[in-house]
This record gives sequence, structure tokens and C-alpha cells, in this order.
Amino acid sequence: MAAPQFEVPKLSDTAYTDVPKVQEGSMGHIKAFVAGQGPQEFLGYPWQLGDDWKERALDRMGQVLKKYRSVRVFLDACVHCGACTDKCHYFLGTADPNNMPVARQELMRKVYRRYFTLPGKIAPWLVGAEDLTKETLDQWFNYYHQCSECRRCSVYCPYGIDTAEITMAGREILNYVGYGQKYSNEILGKVQKIGNNLGLPGPALEDTLAGLEEDIEMDTGVAVKMPLDVQGAEILFVTPSADFFSEPHVESLIGYAKVFHAAGASWTMSSHASEAGNFGLFNGNYETMRKVAMRIRDAALQLGVKRIIVGECGHAWRVAYAFWNTLTGIGYGGDDPFSVELQKQLDPRYKQPTHICEYTWDLIQKGVLKFDKSKNDHRVVTFHDSCNVARGSRMGDEPGGQFTIPRNVIKSVVNNFHDMAPETIGESTFCCGGGGGVLTDDLMEVRVKGALPRMNAYNAVAQERGVNFLALICAICKAQFTKVVPYYGFDMSQVGGVHQLVSTAILLEQD
Amino acid sequence: MPMVDIAGKTVEVDEEGYLVNLADWNKDVADYLAKEEKVDMSENHWEVVNFLREYYDEYQIAPAIRVLTKAIAKKLGPDKGNNKYLYELFPYGPAKQACKIAGLPKPTGCI
Repeated sequence: MAAPQFEVPKLSDTAYTDVPKVQEGSMGHIKAFVAGQGPQEFLGYPWQLGDDWKERALDRMGQVLKKYRSVRVFLDACVHCGACTDKCHYFLGTADPNNMPVARQELMRKVYRRYFTLPGKIAPWLVGAEDLTKETLDQWFNYYHQCSECRRCSVYCPYGIDTAEITMAGREILNYVGYGQKYSNEILGKVQKIGNNLGLPGPALEDTLAGLEEDIEMDTGVAVKMPLDVQGAEILFVTPSADFFSEPHVESLIGYAKVFHAAGASWTMSSHASEAGNFGLFNGNYETMRKVAMRIRDAALQLGVKRIIVGECGHAWRVAYAFWNTLTGIGYGGDDPFSVELQKQLDPRYKQPTHICEYTWDLIQKGVLKFDKSKNDHRVVTFHDSCNVARGSRMGDEPGGQFTIPRNVIKSVVNNFHDMAPETIGESTFCCGGGGGVLTDDLMEVRVKGALPRMNAYNAVAQERGVNFLALICAICKAQFTKVVPYYGFDMSQVGGVHQLVSTAILLEQD
Repeated sequence: MPMVDIAGKTVEVDEEGYLVNLADWNKDVADYLAKEEKVDMSENHWEVVNFLREYYDEYQIAPAIRVLTKAIAKKLGPDKGNNKYLYELFPYGPAKQACKIAGLPKPTGCI
């Protein structure tokens, strides 16, 4: 695990990242580790390419095109206008033309045309249709793991083509032929067998939480609890398992617990559903995504909770906000007996699910939480909008609530806040560079280079405004930035969570 | 998976050099893995590695960073019970690098 050798891009003099001169094939050497027998078989996929890989790939492609009409529309609709070319953080950081969203999609589009459109079947040379070869399959594996499915390019596409869906379809086909990615697929096994992406078993979770309760009491003198598997609690809280394990993630976990404590809430976490994240989304497999989401529904039913609140995790919030409805009936719409039961059980006065930032902001507005903002005076804070929250979900009742609510929370607990350049935040936010299943050591070069646009924007506010803290609401962003900011000359302690800031400033009444 | 010879014993490691079978671990193997990581093992490194193995025996997972820092504070003194000190010992990150030397599986997830 010696540090990988590659050239770290230079920071620019402004908040913006210049469009690089194209370097053909500059990232052609990248190859994520391939999933082995164990994880592949657990997910129901082969683990080696068979002689019939091509037939299987085309077969799966046909099924995907039927099941997801969107994929067919996206493959058909592109007119190669080029609006997306310079919008991808991976292209800006690597200069590899295959990382232009249009070109990355073209790797699949050319095969689609060849086998699924009439002109491509008859006269492939006229319409840019090409046979599916092993070389193309290898390129899929390479470049569909140099896309974090962040959907920034989609914002600028005049047709609204969602490149992430092409990447997801690509990964699903790769899995189906036995060419899966080790990182994501190992995690999808662990979450289904043990209950979280880390593989943290119940007793270890219990021990970890007990230790954190001790720490908080030592720090504050207040007995803040970290309840687990409490039958009849009002709130089920699900959060990424990294919050139990890592720095700086755990600082936000402590923050959530303090908020619940200050609000006098009846809450619990679950050892069965000790993971908010759902890598099924990254792989583009609806059934896997459903199985992972089901654990949360099962825990909600079993514990008899009335509300479900989700911690700081970008894609978890997208899955919860946009997919739980149809995946598991937790929102509304499910009409199977379990969904009906859950509907009766959940309290209709609250948004189901609720984001922890919505919950905290609501309490702040009601005057329930008290803060001493000066405790954060050593920090000058900026906020990085996480891609899946920014472009795949909402918070609150107003358009853009997913942008204002986390900022409102931050401004309630710190005195010094500055936003980064407008084209790099909000709906136009740049991905951290580690999302969508890219957050693995074997893709470190992709991660470091992909972080360049965000690092340029951060560097600008650091230089001009003295910003020294990058506030986040996503476990992947936290892990990614902790690892990559040192490559750009920043200390990893500048990276942390929004509820870490809340945790620093909140005033708890002594028992 | 690749096989490597360490002090007369053949052991299997994965693509990143993590031991495939926990039972293959011994001090020679740890020294070999540390060398691969360019970590010069001192007594303090061993304290961390030994704690990781004890914890893993009990819980089948590496300890969370807070659990680890607390345990190290107890053994080596409060000034060493922090993330910064652990990064000094294991520059690539205590969770991954120390686990590797301790022969434990690589922690996965958003970490």
C-alpha cells in the first residue's frame, strides 16, 4: 500500500479550473481491483468471464434497455453538442478525453447502436456503431469506475441526459458477465450479512457506542446516550457506519447524539440496520438496492418507531428521499401489508424520512437548541454541497432547501462562514472525487486528480478569506477529503462534518 | 491470489498485500508486512498491532479509531492517545496500515 506514483495536478490561481489540453489515454492504465468469487457469488453474479461473456453482456444490455426506458432515451438523445465535455471533475483533473461525459457514454452508445438500432445493424460504419469487443469491455470497466455518478454533467446537458444512469447500466452489465468491482461488491456483501458496510458486528457496535458515551460525559459532564436497539423508541436514526469508526466522521455522530439529547428525543439506532449507505445505487441494480434498503424498513417495523431520520450521508439521503417510496414503501405508495402497517405506524406530522439537518434546523428555529458560537471561532468555515444531496434530493419545504438548510445550521453555530465560488456549489457543485464506488485505494490517482476542481475552489477561499474548515454532510466526502487534501497542501484536520460544528457549539444543560 | 515466502513459510496475500488467512500471521509475517509498508516497527508500533489483534479476537473487526486511541492512551500515556500520534506511527492511516501489519482484513466502507 505504498503511496501510488502519479503527478498531482497544480492548483490554479483562481477558484476555477482551466479546461486542460486533451491527453489521449492518460488514464487508460487505471484498473480497479476486480471482485473475486466470494462477493460475486453472494450477489448472484459469475466471477470470471465465461466464453459466452459477449452474449451475456448483450443479453443484459437488452434487459436493462427494457427495464429502464430512461437508459434507452439517454442513449438515443445525445446530439454530441459538447456542453458536458468540460463539466466533469475527472476530465478537468485528468485530461483524458474518455472522461468527457459524452465520450464515456459513447463507449456504451456505440455498442447500443450496433446491436439495438436498425441503422447500426445495417450500416454500422455510417452511424458510429461498433462491435462489442473485449477491449471495449475493459474500457467500460476502466472508465465506468472513473465516474462518480455525481450528475454534474446532467445539469448542463440541454437534453437532461443523466450520465450516471449510463455508468450504472455499464456496471450492472459488467457484474452480470463476471467483471465486478471488488470495493463496491465486498461492501454489498457485508451490509447484507452483517448490517453495515464496515462489517461491524452488533457487539462491536455496542462496545464502540458505550465508549463514545464515556467520552462525551468526560468532555461535557453530561450523560448523553447513544441508544441501540431500543424497542418502542420514537425515532429510528440511521447513519453511515463510518460514523462509528472513523475520524472525523465520529465527531458528527457525537453531534447528532447531543442534538437528540438537548431535544429530549426518544431515539435509537439499530444493529440490524446500522448502515444508511446503499451501494446498490452505485451498481445500478434495483434488486440489490432494495435488499439493502429493506433492512431499514425491517428495523423500523420491528422497533415500532414513528419517525426515521438519516445522518450525514450523501447517497443514502438520495436513496432515502427519492427511492425508499418505491423500494420499500417507507414513504407512501407501497400497498403490501408491511407497507400498510408501516404507514399506520409512522407519524404523519413529520416528513418521512427526515434528514438530520432538517431535524436540527427545525429545533434551532423553535429555539430548542442553545449554542455558544464563539466555541467555533478558531474555524473559518465553508460548505461543500454533496453531489447526491444537491442534485438528487431536497430538504425542507422550499426549492433549494438542500442548499439553504445545511448552511442555516452552520451559520447558527459558527461566526465565520464563506461560500466557495458560485459555479462550484449548489446545483453546480463539484463532486469530492470519491463518490459512487470510487472511494478505494486502488483508484487513488482518480480520486486525487478528480478532487482538483473542488480543491481550486477551496484554495481560493482559503487564500482570500482565511477559510480553514471544509464542512460536509457525507461520509464519502469526509473520507475522500481527509485522504486527498494533503496532496494539495492542506491538513486533514480541516475536514469535518456539519454536526461536528454543531457538537462544538451546542450548550447542554447539566443533569 | 499471490503467494509470498516469509521466513520459510508460504503465505497467501491479496492484491494489496493483506493476509488472506488470519492464522498465517506471526511476528515474522508482521515484520515482513511492515517492511513492505516502509514502517520501522518500534515497541509503540507493536502496542498498536497487539491491541488490534486482541480486539479482533473478541469482536471480529478492527477497533474504531476512538476505541483505539483510548486504548493506546491507557498503555502509552494520554499524550499518545490521539489520531495525530497514530498517523505518526502509521502514516497511511492507522485503520488500514496497522490492520495490514496486524494481519487483519482491510476495513471497508466510507472510511
